[in-house]
Parts: sequence; structure tokens; C-alpha cells
Amino acid sequence: MKKPLLWRLLAILALTLLAIIIDLPGSVSWRQKIPFNADLKTGLDLQGGTHLVLSADMTNIDPADRPTALESVKQVISRRVDLYGVSEPVIQTSVIGEQSRLIVELPGVSDVNQAINLIGQTAQLDFREDLSNEGPIDYASTSALERIYNFKPTGLTGKDLKLATVSFNQGNSAASEPVVSLQFTSEGAQKFSEITQRNVQKPLAIFLDNQLVTSPVVNEPILTGQAVISGNFTADSASQLAIQLNAGALPVPVKIIEQKNISATLGADSVKKSVMAGSIGLGLVALFMILLYGFNGFLADIALVIYGLITLAIYKLIPVTLTLPGIAGFILTIGMAVDSNILIFERLKEELRAGRPYAIALELAFGRAWDSIKDANVATIITSLVLINPLNFSFLNSSGLVRGFAITLLIGVIISLFTGIIVTRNLMRFFLVKKD
Amino acid sequence: MKHKLFYFLFSLIFILPGSYFLIRYGLSLSVDFTGGSLIEFSAAANLEQLRPLIESQLEVSSLQSAGDNDFLLRTTVIDQTQHDQLITTLQTSFTDVNPIRFETVGPTLGKELLKKTLVGILLAAGFILSYVAYRFHDKKYGICAILAMLHDTFIVLGVFSFLGVYFGVEVDALFVTALLTILSFSVHDTIVVYDRIRELGKLFPKLTYTQLVNKAVTETLGRSLNNSLTIIFMLLALYLLGGDTTKWFVFALLVGTVSGTYSSTFTAAPLLVLWEEIKNKHTNTSKVL
Repeated sequence: MKKPLLWRLLAILALTLLAIIIDLPGSVSWRQKIPFNADLKTGLDLQGGTHLVLSADMTNIDPADRPTALESVKQVISRRVDLYGVSEPVIQTSVIGEQSRLIVELPGVSDVNQAINLIGQTAQLDFREDLSNEGPIDYASTSALERIYNFKPTGLTGKDLKLATVSFNQGNSAASEPVVSLQFTSEGAQKFSEITQRNVQKPLAIFLDNQLVTSPVVNEPILTGQAVISGNFTADSASQLAIQLNAGALPVPVKIIEQKNISATLGADSVKKSVMAGSIGLGLVALFMILLYGFNGFLADIALVIYGLITLAIYKLIPVTLTLPGIAGFILTIGMAVDSNILIFERLKEELRAGRPYAIALELAFGRAWDSIKDANVATIITSLVLINPLNFSFLNSSGLVRGFAITLLIGVIISLFTGIIVTRNLMRFFLVKKD
Repeated sequence: MKHKLFYFLFSLIFILPGSYFLIRYGLSLSVDFTGGSLIEFSAAANLEQLRPLIESQLEVSSLQSAGDNDFLLRTTVIDQTQHDQLITTLQTSFTDVNPIRFETVGPTLGKELLKKTLVGILLAAGFILSYVAYRFHDKKYGICAILAMLHDTFIVLGVFSFLGVYFGVEVDALFVTALLTILSFSVHDTIVVYDRIRELGKLFPKLTYTQLVNKAVTETLGRSLNNSLTIIFMLLALYLLGGDTTKWFVFALLVGTVSGTYSSTFTAAPLLVLWEEIKNKHTNTSKVL
């Protein structure tokens, strides 16, 4: 056997083994030691969760400052989501024409209401002092508007906050009531002590997003820089407020313009069905190739299996977020991967019919089929690039599902060129040598 | 290529009714494009019981059954609170009421997607046209390949317009993906045939153009069929066994693959011959004059 051929076969074998190792699931214990992702990343449609598109209201922001404002909206929302405890959230900004948007994907979050409340609130906290100087206000006789006008901002806001926590206060009633405890920064504590000193025996109001939350009466100056907000909280709403305060206020108000929530069972069921469909389809294609092309078809099947192994490994390495259309794309590329083999084998038949010896016919078939294979695949590569939109052009699609499909299609085409041509060719040469 | 008129007629049998449906009814667009809300829920009830109750609460665009006790409800844009209210109302009247899916797309987003889709298709078609023209040094190949591609697009659009009218199938963002994939597959298949015409032209310079095309088509037919069959196997398996979410997406790919296989042999190649004949007739008449 010729040396280069042997080396090439060994290289293919090594690559295949490497792919198998990467493909092993995380449940195999020693697989954990390998630094690549053990498990395939799955998209929202497979795990279940919430997909939100928020539009930021930039009317009061100078156009030059809008990108910064949007970026800080993103940071605040990311912090809130992290504090809420969502694993692997996706938060992206997108600017389309005049509209500034934020795309938020929260895997595993099924309580949409809670997610929306958490993310959608601006959370502007500020302390205001009473202008009326008449002691505690009579809530029954004043309107909400009057209450706002009766108070004047003190300059102490959420920015002066160091930490907000939920605690339980033994109120007047027997049941303990959830409250939000505030710890100010040293500067904030300074402001707070001044404010409380000049407002003894007067109400000090706490506003959240211009809504009065509570207005306790200051009994004595507070110098420690600690305060408590109480006001009909449930345990959930108190912890949400604490998260929002800790993460900081949104610089601009946001509005939800798209929401999708997908239950996890829908995803799991679909994956099971798709895997089943994929295996049966793969079996049919493999059988078809053997029936049509005999032993060569079998070699193409080996190349097809290597194709599957390498593709999966690449999915883990990049990593590709797998969605349902992505799985469909992968399954479709299995059908397309044998195309180069079919082109080559048909060509081989022709060359043999023309009376050429097998070894020469083989090389000719590969050489001549390559032109068609190359041109034909360029069209698919162009289409998938338009769909993936790698440069994020705002005039093209950037939806996760469409991208998921296109990425698997692109990877599929490139790897199938490798396995369909290089792997099959070397395998065929190897068995050709054996035959002689 | 004797029968090329017959091939074109055969295509028309599918394209004409499809165009009729497209012009008469258009495509039924999903909330992805139009904006609105989609609610999927299960309930131990039937459509007749559900409809009046839901219509009293929301502006219903459509209410359909989607399998055992599963229902798909489409409405104008509603928010989470309205959705929760609806579920509570249903729960008071029926048993086993469970929300499965809730999607809301604002109307501006829908319009944007429609625009992006058109730009995407034009861009892909433009790139492919330039590539084919560049590779074959002759614009007739590029133009005929694009015509074959349009042929497949029309067939798929026609089929989905028909399905929309009779089976309530909607065209969504994924359908667009399928359409673009079909475009690339159609060209992929056509290029293989054209490539063979070019190669044979070099090998047999004495053959007439029609003879060349005939020979190329005969030689590539086996490959074209076999390749399409492997893709059809995979798609059929996905269609029959895969989940509901991708069912119509896969169906679009399936229709496109079949049409793409037909068009590369029976549309794209005869078109070249027709092009050549018209050109020759033109030069002949100008000679006579």
C-alpha cells in the first residue's frame, strides 16, 4: 500500500475518534474531564421558556446618547435576570430604524407574568419629603395626584443604594409581613441622615416609578444608613422589588412588543419524534445507497456515519444552539450529504462503461464530478449565508429559528464536502489496492 | 427535447391553479407577519362550546382544533393579563383547561419581517444569478436557472395558498426558510445539468445544441433522481414521524424538492433549447432580410 494513503486513512480515523470522544454525552464520567461542552446547547423551543422582545422608549433621549442608553438597559436587565436566577439567558439589542429593541430569551421560565414584571419595570426609586408641613397626610381626602404634588424630591434615589434585601417585619398584626430593607452607600447614608434630621415627626415618602409605595413618619433621625420599605408586599413582590433595586433602574421605560412562551413538554416530545424520524430516514438512505451502488454504497454509508459524528462534534465545539428547525436542517443535510457520492458513483459507472480500467475510472470520476459538486454547493452556501446574516444587517432576518436552520445547513454542506469526497475517495482507494 | 412543449404544459397544470389561488386568496399569513396573538390550550370541550365564550371576551380571528382536545386561537394583540383572564374563564366553564403556548407579535414587527423576507429572497436570488452567470460565462444559463427557480417558488407558493384556503395552513417565518432552501436546492440541481452541457460541448463540438442538451439530461437524470430520492426519504420520515411544529415546514421542503427535481430537467434544460431556437430564428430572419 502507498504510504500517503495509509497516513490519510489514519488521519481520518483519528479525526473520527476525536469526534466520537467529543460526541460522548456528559453522563459518561471520564468525558467530564475533556474541556469541551459535554451537552448540546438547546434553544428555547426545545427547553421551553419565555421569549420577549422589548421596545425602549427613547423619545426623551438625545439621538447621540441612544446607543449608550440601550446598552445600559441591556446591562440592567441582564443583572435582573441573573439575580432572578435564570441559567443561560440570551439578551440581545437590536436597532431597527428609529426603534431600539431588546430581545430577551429566558430558558426554563414558565411564569411569564413574573418575568414580565421583573423585566418591564423601570424601578426608579426616590425618597420625597412632605411640602405641606402639616404632619401625616389624610389619605382618604387626597387624590393620587395631590399626593405626588405634595412631595418634593430629596435627591436621595436608588443610585444611593448599596443593597436591598427581603426581610420579615413583625408588624402591628400578628403575622409577619415581608418588607424590603435598604442599606445605603456612605454618601447615601449621609443624605438620609440629613433628610431624616429635618423631617422628624413628618412623613417621608418612598416612590417607585412615580407611584407612592409608602410614606412612614420619621420618628427620630436615622444615622446608620438603613431603611425599610413596607407596603402590602407579598413574598414574591418583595423579592422582585429587591432584585430590581439591586440591579439598578432602567434609564428609559420599556414596553413588551412580542412574547412567546413554549412549554418544555412540547419541545421534548418534538425532539424525540425528530430523532426517531432522523434515524429511520438515515437507515433508508443507507439501504438505498447499498442497493444502488453495492460495496461503494456501503463505503459512502461509512462516510455518512463519519459525517454525522463530525457534525455533532462541531455543534458542540462552536457551540451551535440546537432548535427544532436546526434538527430538521441536520436531517435534511444527511439526505444532501450523499449527493456528492451519487454524483461521483454515477460518473464512475460512465467512465467504466467507456471502457477505462477501474483505478483510472475512479480518479477520473472524482476529478470530473468535483466541478459540478463545487458549483452546486456554492448556491447552498450563498443561501445559508443570507439566512444566517452573519454581519447582522438590519434589513435581513435575524430570528433565532431561521438562523438555527441555516447554521446547521451551512455546517452540513461544508462537512459533507469533506466526508463525501475526501473520506470516500480514500476509502475507495484503500479497497482498490486490496482488490489488486 | 422534442417534448419540451409538453413539459412546459405539465408545469402549467400546477402553476396555473396555484397562481389562481395566489391571486384570488393570497397566502394566509401567520401572526409572525400580521401581528396578533396566538394561544394554544387544551380543554375538555368542543369548538361549538368554546366559540361563544371566547368571542364574548376577545376579538377572535380564528379558532381551530389542533388534535385531541387541543385548540389554536388567534386574536388581535392581547397582553398576558387578558390571556390569563381567558384561561381563568375557561377553567370555570370546562375541565382540564391548560395553557400550552402564548405568542404575541406587535404589528410593526410583522411588517418588518415581511420586508426582510423579500430582501432576503431577492438578495439570495441575485447572488446565485451572478455566480451562475460568472461560472458559465453566458447570461442565458443564469437567466434560465432563475426561471426554473421561480417555477419552483410559484409551485410551492401555489400549494400553500391552496392549503391555506382549505386546511387553514399558515405561512410563517419558517416557511420563508423553507422557500430559500428550495431556491438553493433548485439551483443546485440545475447547475449539475448545466455543468454537463458545458462539458459535453467541449467533448463533442459537432453536436447541435439540442443534441447536447438531450445528452446531458439523459446522463444526469439518474443522479438527479437518486439524489432527490435520498432527500425525499429524510423529509418523508420527518413529515410522517417528526413533531407538529416542523410539519408544514418539512412539507414545503418536500414539495420544493419534488418540483426542483422536475424543473432542473424538464424546465431549466428545455428553456435553454428554447432560448437558442428563438435566437437562431432571429438571426435567420435577419439574414433573409
